[in-house]
Amino acid sequence: MKIFSSIAIRAPLLAAALLSATGGVAGEAPPADPLRSVQWENMYGLYLAGRPVVFDNRVLVLAPQAAENSLEVPVLVDAGALGRVEKILVIADLNPLPKVLEFYPRESRARIGFRVKLQQSTPIRAAVLTADDKVWHVGGVWVDAAGGGCTAPSVGSGGADWVARLGQVHGRLWDRGAEQSRLRFDVIHPMDTGLASGIPVFHVENIEIRDQDQLLAEIRPFEPVSENPVFTLDLPGRGAVQIRGRDNNGNRFRASVPPPAAAGKAASGAAR
Amino acid sequence: MRWHLRLALALLAMFSAWSAAAADLDYGLQPVKVAADTYVFQGANEDFSFDNGGNIVNTGFIVTEVGVVVIDSGPSRLYGEQMRAAITKVTDLPVIRVFITHMHPDHFLGNQAYDDVPILALAGTIDGIRSQANAFTDNMYRLAGSWMRGTEAVRPDEAIDEGELSFGSRRLQVIAGGGHTPDDLMLLDHATGVLFAGDLVFHDRAPTTPHAELDIWLRSLRRIQALPVEVLVPGHGPVTRDLHPVMQTRGYLDWLEQTLNTAARSGVDMAELLYTPLPGEFDALSVMPAEFHRSVSHLYPQRERRELPRVSN
Repeated sequence: MKIFSSIAIRAPLLAAALLSATGGVAGEAPPADPLRSVQWENMYGLYLAGRPVVFDNRVLVLAPQAAENSLEVPVLVDAGALGRVEKILVIADLNPLPKVLEFYPRESRARIGFRVKLQQSTPIRAAVLTADDKVWHVGGVWVDAAGGGCTAPSVGSGGADWVARLGQVHGRLWDRGAEQSRLRFDVIHPMDTGLASGIPVFHVENIEIRDQDQLLAEIRPFEPVSENPVFTLDLPGRGAVQIRGRDNNGNRFRASVPPPAAAGKAASGAAR
Repeated sequence: MRWHLRLALALLAMFSAWSAAAADLDYGLQPVKVAADTYVFQGANEDFSFDNGGNIVNTGFIVTEVGVVVIDSGPSRLYGEQMRAAITKVTDLPVIRVFITHMHPDHFLGNQAYDDVPILALAGTIDGIRSQANAFTDNMYRLAGSWMRGTEAVRPDEAIDEGELSFGSRRLQVIAGGGHTPDDLMLLDHATGVLFAGDLVFHDRAPTTPHAELDIWLRSLRRIQALPVEVLVPGHGPVTRDLHPVMQTRGYLDWLEQTLNTAARSGVDMAELLYTPLPGEFDALSVMPAEFHRSVSHLYPQRERRELPRVSN
């Protein structure tokens, strides 16, 4: 925890120093933060500067007010009201590693559910880059957390069988009507942050969701995403989809999720 | 010499300031007689806070002809000490046994006050305290602050099984339930029909679920309905002379189980579930919706993963 907080303070300071050394970004001040976070200006400098930034309550971030389990705090971001979205960047200002994930909705709805490890109480923000005018639309909430989520070693990799299960995918599609379907899936992976003593960074870094013809959505998770990450996406169409991914050590995984109608049968017969 | 005297005076002043601050921390425990020779210390029906010092729990005692039997020791060393002092105002008889109903910190962290008395619990409770005591204690310090000063987790000394125990002519039935935690002890006094139900029963407060197995818990509640209970002492909330709190706890847990399973089967994301509107019938329960949100965190992950079959090779 101690090591952690010094990193958390130092990294943004370093970044701020670099920015000022290079003259900053167009000299623009960030808009005032409705969440009043002490790290907002640094988050702005690190991740958002260079494009216009507006706080926008059409960016919904659903999360609990208080994290019961700091290792697995559920978050759902919905920017479906903004029209075409190029990417969603999720950041937790006061986490030692603030960058949580990037989501490229491509053909799917600009909505993603996932879980995050938190080290302390922090804002969780979604910065949504609209495709047409390239403006960051930012929404967020504070989550109260007792902490320990990022410096704790993974739970599952303490067991003997985790290597055999690494990269396993479980998932299912639900028919949501109107040529829409919901995908929920998990990937067995420790998602080590590198901040627990002696355990190097090891996390899933890319996941692509495709149907027969095209790339439907792309997720780039970073270290704070929870162990054995679970994702919720809303996809166009009602057909089968392919999931392909890799971690930062080059391990690859892939899976085929049957279409919604067949998924019910598969669920009842499947053994995990 | 003079320097030493000054230092001593300064230290004395500091110490008396400190003990005055400590003296302010008074749980104000008043034993309430609920049946012959049977008393309950009723806690606030709320969540842990710096104001209540963790006193959100019901503890109690039975005065038998051979000594006092205590049920749960409360959330802190200070609580245990003040509870024991309050007992001496009711009887001169010594405390001869302490029963700990389950492994949660608000029920056993007063054990230090009973270090000269055998402390009994079910085996799963002792195991749970052994493996999680430090985390419990840390969390209580965070939630209740200086009320916790000097508190350390003390494990019960002796594992007991279900069965009848006699204290003089008093026959107490130890009942081994479960589901709120791996092992939940209840104590039924055959002389008065008082049931100390522990946290298997909540009253006008949403049940907590950090170690819950709902189906086992519901089975334990059905078992209570078959017992000859005259007075029901829930782990949290007012004492009653009927089984209403059992029905209330069952109703909530049934709804919780169904809500979680239905959501998992229909592909609801965990964060979406937190924002599900709650039915009005639970408006009377305190600590809602916070307890529902905590329960989603405890219980949803295993249920949703049940609905996700393996799709990789």
